[in-house]
Amino acid sequence: MSILLIAEHDNNKLNPVTLSAVTAARQIGGEITMLVAGSSCQSVANDAVKVMGLSKVLLADSAVYEKGLAESLSALIVELAADYSHIIAAASSTIKDAMPRVAALLDVGQLTEIVGVESEDTFKRPIYAGNAIATVHSHDAVKVITVRASAFDKVEAEGGNASIDVVNVVFDMGVSRFVSEALLKSDRPELAVANTVISGGRGMGSAESFNLLEKVADKLGAAVGASRAAVDAGFVSNDLQVGQTGKIVAPELYIAVGISGAIQHLAGMKESKVIVAINKDEEAPIFQVADYGLVGDLFEILPELEAKL
Amino acid sequence: MKIIVSVKRVIDYNVKVRVKTDNSDVDLTNVKMSLNPFCEIAVEEAIRLKEAGVASEIVVVSIGPNAVQEQLRTAMALGADRAIHIETEMQPEPLNVAKLLTKIVEAEEPGLVILGKQSIDSDNNQVGQMLAALTGWPQGTFASEVKIEDGKALVTREVDGGLRTLSLTLPAVVTTDLRLNEPRYAKLPDIMKAKRKPMEVKTPADLNVHLKKHISQLKVETPPQRQVGIKVDSVDALIDKLKNEAKIILRKLG
Repeated sequence: MSILLIAEHDNNKLNPVTLSAVTAARQIGGEITMLVAGSSCQSVANDAVKVMGLSKVLLADSAVYEKGLAESLSALIVELAADYSHIIAAASSTIKDAMPRVAALLDVGQLTEIVGVESEDTFKRPIYAGNAIATVHSHDAVKVITVRASAFDKVEAEGGNASIDVVNVVFDMGVSRFVSEALLKSDRPELAVANTVISGGRGMGSAESFNLLEKVADKLGAAVGASRAAVDAGFVSNDLQVGQTGKIVAPELYIAVGISGAIQHLAGMKESKVIVAINKDEEAPIFQVADYGLVGDLFEILPELEAKL
Repeated sequence: MKIIVSVKRVIDYNVKVRVKTDNSDVDLTNVKMSLNPFCEIAVEEAIRLKEAGVASEIVVVSIGPNAVQEQLRTAMALGADRAIHIETEMQPEPLNVAKLLTKIVEAEEPGLVILGKQSIDSDNNQVGQMLAALTGWPQGTFASEVKIEDGKALVTREVDGGLRTLSLTLPAVVTTDLRLNEPRYAKLPDIMKAKRKPMEVKTPADLNVHLKKHISQLKVETPPQRQVGIKVDSVDALIDKLKNEAKIILRKLG
């Protein structure tokens, strides 16, 4: 077996989700080659060679790969695919965009967001927003896999000693072009990858009271989320929505404030390691999944929490 | 410009999912089924493009047993002009769905195909990208804004950390994210009218597509249940439990 693992990066640094994908690859077994495709991304390749468990790093450095456009990135991966039994990567937005193209071009199925490795061809993955876990078996010669990074520990980023091979093939498909981007310049971490998330629900009562939540978030270095009810009520924009049709998060600590715990919200956060619920209704279903529940008035509790953290 | 929208019939997002006792699959007997939420957004976007004079016709496609005609009628009540039902008893895998849709696209020659980014049952998030690969068209996945101008689609995408805008040569494939729009509700007169809109039924054999098995589902289990936790009576007690019992580091790192 030989595995091609696609690195996630910003052309500057290796994204740590890649280290979780390496763990999944090591559980499959065999030699692991990491592909770093980007533009002026030598520093990423320099990070990559130090990652534990890799035998080789392939560096495809071209302006064409700068933004990881799916058309070009998938063509490059397909070009390299012949040498590998598995093609694997952490399920970032770039990979979710490109990997199904790779699978289709290879005429194989894709295993989306695996959370467990049973064997080289059998994996566990969540379906129905994590309300069920399917064990799936691939019949294809090449397994194309995306990995839910939160389900795997990270390998050591230091200590490895892989060599770098330069890949010179460039695929510019010419049908899509990068125009612009607006990356959030918040000091808070991204909701999907944050170690701590604090979310507000309908109980917050207004857009203004989300300030109380944000102050606690800043003390914790947490991302702010919201339930669908809070989004529907117009308190916050729906990019903050955690739930079955919003973002699915699995942080170390999830604090649900004024959230009753509708099924669709639970589906988006119940894989969190530790869940805290703050709600004035002691019968709220959120307490069924919370490790620690605090019944009370959030307008008193949040300022107190902020002061005492 | 003609737009094709592909839709899926799935379990309603408010229904609690139950795994069958034999662990073969999720139990869907007597469960409320609906249009997949992301597909609803795809239908809405097509209708808005038609209302804006960009699109001339909306063709909605669904694959599955006879029951999917219900969701096709819903899409036509919302504003799609006609429907194509690809009839199969099984729910085909994403690659097979993409192959079936490729045949429809070759026959219909739309300027744009809009799909939901994923279905809330299998959560695969694959079909749009696979369709784009098989047709050789560019793709704008996880779209939060779509503009059509000068033969290009300007698609703003939700990516990790923010938004990214791409310019795609038409024809192209777009998949929808939550922020793209808020779908309307069907009005009663439109629901009645939708019953008379044309519905074509085809089979995979008609389209010359063999439904190949790539991935088998061996088992479906309920995820490990969380233990019901404890109630604490004060903020101090909460902080104490988090620090000393859960071993959470309650401070900003880095």
